[in-house]
Amino acid sequence: MRSAVVLFPGSNRDHDMVKALHSVTGVEPTVVWHQDASLPDVDLIVLPGGFSYGDYLRCGAIAARSPAMLDVAKKAKAGVRVLGVCNGFQILTEAGLLPGALMRNAHLRFVCKEVKLEVTNNDTDFTRAYAKGQVIRCPVAHHDGNYFADPETLARLEGEGRVAFRYAEGTNPNGSINDIAGILNEEGNVLGMMPHPENLIEALHGGLDGRGLFESVATSLAA
Amino acid sequence: MKVRVTITLKAGVLDPQGKAIEGALRGLGFAGIDGARQGKIVDLALAETDPDKARAAVADMCEKLLANTVIENYDIAILG
Repeated sequence: MRSAVVLFPGSNRDHDMVKALHSVTGVEPTVVWHQDASLPDVDLIVLPGGFSYGDYLRCGAIAARSPAMLDVAKKAKAGVRVLGVCNGFQILTEAGLLPGALMRNAHLRFVCKEVKLEVTNNDTDFTRAYAKGQVIRCPVAHHDGNYFADPETLARLEGEGRVAFRYAEGTNPNGSINDIAGILNEEGNVLGMMPHPENLIEALHGGLDGRGLFESVATSLAA
Repeated sequence: MKVRVTITLKAGVLDPQGKAIEGALRGLGFAGIDGARQGKIVDLALAETDPDKARAAVADMCEKLLANTVIENYDIAILG
């Protein structure tokens, strides 16, 4: 599986993501600078976590208008799989590639801890390695992860099985509506999520719960 | 031409920062506060001299960048 990680000024989880992709797929991902108007032909584009542009204006707002993101939008439309984690999720909503918005955490505090995630839909290219309803561990680290969508959008997301992950066992860390932790676009090739699966990849991380996500994408490509 | 854009959260969108401000004001002893909502202001200096054209251009800027219309409203005022 060929993958690319887009690097923005202020990204800080890009190294973790590169290592995770390398570890799971055996292939070193290409790192693309946000000013590059054209991304290489890859199977998966990842927008990593961090604080692109210092979260100026709104989290992900400036990054969503960068030259690289215009090409990401084009490639997403063509069916290339796109994963946005944390700030990457914020960028995807700001770019209009995913519905809704990520607002300041309800308790107003930065949250950095481990949460439980329920695999709400395992019939997606990002979650097939998990069982439906399986609860996995996953770290979160963010200030603006409080997912919001209007009632119609929310009903569509729920009705169409586009909630991929939900905070489970009372661990919603940010006040997200319906405990939403990760959502898909209509076509199912774009996933945004606040938690960091790239940080539970090796035994040294204390668990392997995040591997399934990357393995799912790799398997979906081989199928 | 100077133009002021005021960006506020839509009605019904939870504003935890506004709530915190409200709580702090109450804590200071200010009475009779029925609510506090916060937002932001962007002041633009434009080469455009026609107010209608300036307004239209700024509306486009709001839609494309300055406001997230999923959660925010914007108001444009020509300051002269």
